[in-house]
Amino acid sequence: MNAKKKRRLAFAAALLAAGCVLAGVIVYGLGQNTMYFRSPTDVADKQVSEGVAFRLGGLVEKGSVRHGAGADVRFRVTDGKSTIAADYNGVLPALFREGQGVVATGSMDARGTFVATEVLAKHDEKYMPPEVVAALKRSGRWQEGSQ
Amino acid sequence: MTGELGQLSLCFALALALVMAVSGLMGTRPADFAARRIAAGSAMGLLVFVALAFGTLTYAFIVSDFSIFDVASNSHTLKPLVYKISGVWANHEGSMLLWVLVLSIYAAIVAGLQRGGERLTSGALGVQGLVAAAFLLFIIFTSNPFLRLDPAPFEGAGMNPLLQDPGLAMHPPMLYAGYVGLSASFAYAAAALLVGEEGWARAARPFMLTAWIALTCGIALGSWWAYYELGWGGFWFWDPVENASLMPWLIATALLHSALATEKSGAFRTWSLLLAIAGFSLSLIGTFLVRSGVLSSVHAFASDPTRGFFIMVLIALAIGGALALFAWRAPTLQGGAAFDVQSRETMLLLNNVFLVAACACVFVGTLYPLVLDAINGTKISVGPPYFALTFAPIFFALLLLVPLGPQLNWKRGDLKAAWRTLYPALGLAGIAALAMVAMVSPRSVAATGAFAVAGWLIGASILDIRKRKGARASAFAAALAHAGLGISLMGVAGTTLWRSEALTVLAPGQIMTVGPYILRFDGVTRERGPNYIADRGHIALMDGGRVGTTLLPEHRFYPAENQDMNDTAIHTTGWRDLYLALGDDRGGGRFTLRAYVSPLAPLIWLGGLVMALGGGLSLWGRLRVKELEPKPAAPATALAAE
Repeated sequence: MNAKKKRRLAFAAALLAAGCVLAGVIVYGLGQNTMYFRSPTDVADKQVSEGVAFRLGGLVEKGSVRHGAGADVRFRVTDGKSTIAADYNGVLPALFREGQGVVATGSMDARGTFVATEVLAKHDEKYMPPEVVAALKRSGRWQEGSQ
Repeated sequence: MTGELGQLSLCFALALALVMAVSGLMGTRPADFAARRIAAGSAMGLLVFVALAFGTLTYAFIVSDFSIFDVASNSHTLKPLVYKISGVWANHEGSMLLWVLVLSIYAAIVAGLQRGGERLTSGALGVQGLVAAAFLLFIIFTSNPFLRLDPAPFEGAGMNPLLQDPGLAMHPPMLYAGYVGLSASFAYAAAALLVGEEGWARAARPFMLTAWIALTCGIALGSWWAYYELGWGGFWFWDPVENASLMPWLIATALLHSALATEKSGAFRTWSLLLAIAGFSLSLIGTFLVRSGVLSSVHAFASDPTRGFFIMVLIALAIGGALALFAWRAPTLQGGAAFDVQSRETMLLLNNVFLVAACACVFVGTLYPLVLDAINGTKISVGPPYFALTFAPIFFALLLLVPLGPQLNWKRGDLKAAWRTLYPALGLAGIAALAMVAMVSPRSVAATGAFAVAGWLIGASILDIRKRKGARASAFAAALAHAGLGISLMGVAGTTLWRSEALTVLAPGQIMTVGPYILRFDGVTRERGPNYIADRGHIALMDGGRVGTTLLPEHRFYPAENQDMNDTAIHTTGWRDLYLALGDDRGGGRFTLRAYVSPLAPLIWLGGLVMALGGGLSLWGRLRVKELEPKPAAPATALAAE
């Protein structure tokens, strides 16, 4: 085996090792940092453990938004079948409205309330987050052309 | 009438694109001069007809011709003129037409410059013709911007207020100039595989540079827009749509470096071809992600499944075809030239390894949720911590190596000599690190590391510029671009690590503090814009008991679109941003107010601008001295200055 071949082999081995490390880091990173999307019905049906972060999506129930002291906000998220109470401390996005779609990141607390760390509202009236549409379809509350 | 003119122009453009594809590919045969002339001519014709179609659509938007469906559903008579024009590409149909317009501009330039010889140019035009024809078919059959609406409505439906913004008016054309610019390098690479021409890297260089500059500016603009428009104070959210533009940028950066080696020393011949193919493939995937409606974002205009399917077929054909061509022809090309371990090529190799690895992390993080959803309907999202864990360390390691490359010669370099040039930069890095340890409490490893590396990058760039004093301007391009990385890094570190935020409900006259600032809320007034009504908050920035500046964040309501939007107010000293967003009306004149202080935030975009300037300098040098430069056979020492 000549020197050039040897170097090529060493290079290929190094690249392979680096690729394995990269794959390992990616798999580990994905395992640690993926969040499931759940509809209120998913939360009601399946046991969601306390403190595990996930994304909750549905409609903001009409008449459910209550402002507390400071920047505390309470509202309920519904998909027509089930409804989950949510707590949020922060400024709601400008697009947040009762009766319209919302996606919130957070986790359940011991009382069965969803504590949101981030609230995203849909971007405009023509547009609904695809996850919310899917959740509404599953609960049978989606009407084509209603939006 | 305008609609029919546009429609007709599109059909002519499609015909010319097909002619260009066939004649261009035929023109790769050595003696087929006629085909080559036809290809070049049809490139010009394509530009004329696509521009005519685009101009027609723009005219329809300006005069609010609501008999055209696209105009009626995306425009409004009360919209300011500039947003009527930017409205042309703020919707799916128009933005696809802009895509083809940019493509035909590049094709006309390729035809006009005839870089790299007649046969190579002809092949490149042929490939561009294929791409243009595919996109024109896509427009005509699934996304026709000239569809009529009968009867025409009295008023249009308006445009998403988030998009009614000067930064975002320029963002899509910039990004498209980048995406589609990569199609030119792709076309040259495919042509080089067909013709077996060696000089493609050199011929395609100005297009790679243009694409890279445009992508850099487009990403910076998009991030700046997200910063001041979305009202969250963040500059990058690892949103799939942002990632869709970051991935081509990473590959374009890798391509710029690898193709330089191919051109100057003959290394990485096949690898550069592969990168050119990958770069455009990622542009196509980006277009698919953004335009097909699979992602939830402000960009997802369309959720028509036929469109997504069409783009998917297009991607499969482009990537599959190019890779098949590569597999067939690459083995016949001459292998890459050899180089020493201590050489610029080695550094560029490491650059490419790190950039491609970083891109792979972003790719997996972006597409994994889509793939999982397609397989079993599980809906997940991958959060920013994933990218912080995978992308950040790889990119950080890359930054450590950046200063070494320009100090090593091609083929055979000398690390000791590079070290003799660079050690003062290490001093600067040490000073930056010590300053962080002394000033920042509690001590932060991240801050120390980030500023040390920023000092290393900027210091090395200054040394590089000093070393090259008197050389032509383009010799400073790399130093400038690398310094831009350091500047951006400081901005990113400053904003991420030291941002303070405050959130309070305030009644008029009340005071709030955030970071070093004291703010007094002076109430809200009702204002009327051209097409919105706004609650305008008056917030006085107190300066030792006196009122300094007044900031005016707004909460706007757009009646035509029935939509609310925040207009943030930013007070910047250049080193620090004070950022205010007016929140909900809490009754009795009380409002929630959100304030952020972001140290060094402006540096993020300043760094991007410096990088783009570096690219611009290199491009300018390329176009100016194209006749003077020798063929790439010159001795290594003469090339070291490049």
